[in-house]
Amino acid sequence: MYSYSEFDTAFLAERNAQFRAQVERRISGALTEDEFKPLRLMNGLYLQRHAYMLRVAIPYGTLNAAKMRKLAEIAERWDKGYGHFTTRQNIQYNWPELKDVPDMLDALAEVGMHAIQTSGNTIRNVTADHFAGAAADEIADPRPVAELMRQWSTDHPEFQFMPRKFKIAITGSPNDRAVTRAHDIGIRMVERDGARGYEIIVGGGLGRTPMIGKVITDFLPEADLLPYLEAIVSVWNQIGRRDNKYKARIKITVHEHGIDEIRRLVEERFVETRKTFSGVDVQMLREIEGHFAPPAFVQADTAPYARALETYPAFRAWTDTNVTPHRDADHAIVTISLKKHGDTPGDASAAQMRLIADLAETYGYDEIRISHEQNVILPHVHKASLPSIYSALRAEGLATANIGLISDIIACPGMDYCALATARSIPIAQEIATAFDDLKREHEIGALKIKISGCINACGHHHVGHIGILGLDRAGVENYQITLGGDHTEQAKVGDRVGPGFSADEVVPAIERIVDTYLDLRTSPEEEFIDTYRRTGLAPFKAALYPETKVAAE
Amino acid sequence: MPKAFTPKVVTANHLLAGDVIYQTADGWSRKLEEAEVLTDEADADLRLIEASQQVDEVVGAYLADVAVEDGVPVPTHFREEFRATGPSNYAHGKQVELS
Ligand code: HEM
Ligand code: SF4
Repeated sequence: MYSYSEFDTAFLAERNAQFRAQVERRISGALTEDEFKPLRLMNGLYLQRHAYMLRVAIPYGTLNAAKMRKLAEIAERWDKGYGHFTTRQNIQYNWPELKDVPDMLDALAEVGMHAIQTSGNTIRNVTADHFAGAAADEIADPRPVAELMRQWSTDHPEFQFMPRKFKIAITGSPNDRAVTRAHDIGIRMVERDGARGYEIIVGGGLGRTPMIGKVITDFLPEADLLPYLEAIVSVWNQIGRRDNKYKARIKITVHEHGIDEIRRLVEERFVETRKTFSGVDVQMLREIEGHFAPPAFVQADTAPYARALETYPAFRAWTDTNVTPHRDADHAIVTISLKKHGDTPGDASAAQMRLIADLAETYGYDEIRISHEQNVILPHVHKASLPSIYSALRAEGLATANIGLISDIIACPGMDYCALATARSIPIAQEIATAFDDLKREHEIGALKIKISGCINACGHHHVGHIGILGLDRAGVENYQITLGGDHTEQAKVGDRVGPGFSADEVVPAIERIVDTYLDLRTSPEEEFIDTYRRTGLAPFKAALYPETKVAAE
Repeated sequence: MPKAFTPKVVTANHLLAGDVIYQTADGWSRKLEEAEVLTDEADADLRLIEASQQVDEVVGAYLADVAVEDGVPVPTHFREEFRATGPSNYAHGKQVELS
């Protein structure tokens, strides 16, 4: 686990003291809301529909037991006993009171956590592959690079007041689990002739104008990373549009100028930025890498695991869906589902957080990850420990065997919490999960990603869902637009709109029709939903969803 | 022809707790049914200005549409319904606690 220096600790303490004074002045009336709002947003504090919301960064999704326990304590002491893990590897508390927030920030600082740059027009929390450091398919652990970027971007004087927020994601695996093509900058670690480098993607993003990022350079040498990133952000900071909030993202800049022109400008600027980096950044990266060394993997007998697989079908079903190959053959990656059927996707109670902390400490080398899919991961677990982990998880309602299946839904808070929402997301996710669980059809259907957003901002990634659902307000009534064929992987694609939206009551039947159509069309159970969709296109699904239009056309 | 004015209430979030509040004849309440219903446009505008000036107590005051049923205001838009009752996934709204 990366541990922060005295400098970082002092910096956090000072920031929190400043904010405490600002909150006091707001409460006393010395600051107006207009004066206070930018200050609170700089510290991750929003005012939502029913309460304030505090957004806490979990850099590159990495936690340990101490941090997780602190998140649990905060949930219990100052909130309503739970937190919401988001698609940006943050946790959001939905019910803090204004006066308590400085105490919450101090509690976070005790374990080196904070809410800085979780809001505002800055470089936000850097996100990474949630299997980083553990995945069998990995070229290298992307987290040291993510940490380097975090240090570079935090309080970077040039990048505090940009046209708009800026999001960076990194993956060290060819199989992209970090949605790099839907970020302002996406980074893929690559190797060429034995040398490590980066493929840099710019101009991706979801929201009201979804775009898939474009490759600006397919091989950037390791030593050039920070100066090159600085050149990109700096070019955008200069030429990015500030006249219209909705066009103030780098995706629009890339779209309007073209990737070739952006590349030219970046390379021109890079000549300048290169000089200002003396190589300290590479030395720092080496130093940071030391903190991310893999744990000393224990040796143990895996026979009890093999026996449990044969004896307990429920355990076997859970390992089939929630366990992923580890780079060490005797170890495994465990994904803990925060998607129990009928529960709120991404929510974890204080008790659940504590159990996960205990399990990480006892069986998982004190390592925890949060995924952008709103689940929790124990990245290093010896296979012999899997049966014990499974039974402990069951007791806390955390053993749902549905990772990658139809009920493993991403859902943003939507109208229930978010002040920007145009419809609810959570109840739709709950209804879909419950409907398919009742029929026990999930496993038959296989891999399928549903993602739901409560408005066009697309926090729930609906554009890149195999089935995407977008909640809208049609004359004061909730209405849901469906897209199909979106993809969040290295083959990223924005989904196709099927047609007119559906009322809240019609969503589950519509999803059932889509699923039935897929089951009819698939060539074998091995052909996943997304593959069938790629093969057949929208037409058969459209016909199933809008039979009356088809009849009218005939 | 100007659009006919429909009944409204002044609503906002409470500064300290952050929860939803409604303007009454002489203060603020957590309950929509206690809100003062404004049926005159000029009056509504004035009450909103008064509310917006109470910067030490409220944040983001605005006029929300209501219908009047059995003498009490009820929401006409689903957003206002959730604001009045709390989120639909947990019984956690401040209003639920109050009732
Ligand atoms: C409840 C408070 C939230 C607010 C006020 C909020 C606000 C926004 C806004 C305004 C955008 C559009 C930005 C733009 O296109 O310029 C956006 C995008 C986004 N938000 Fe949120 N959001 C909230 C919660 C969340 C949550 C809970 C998640 C994760 C579940 C999330 C993840 C994202 C993501 C991934 C995008 C992607 C759009 C992009 O490509 O930039 N946000 N959010
Ligand atoms: S997509 Fe819209 S409703 Fe959902 S969290 Fe983002 S801003 Fe809120």
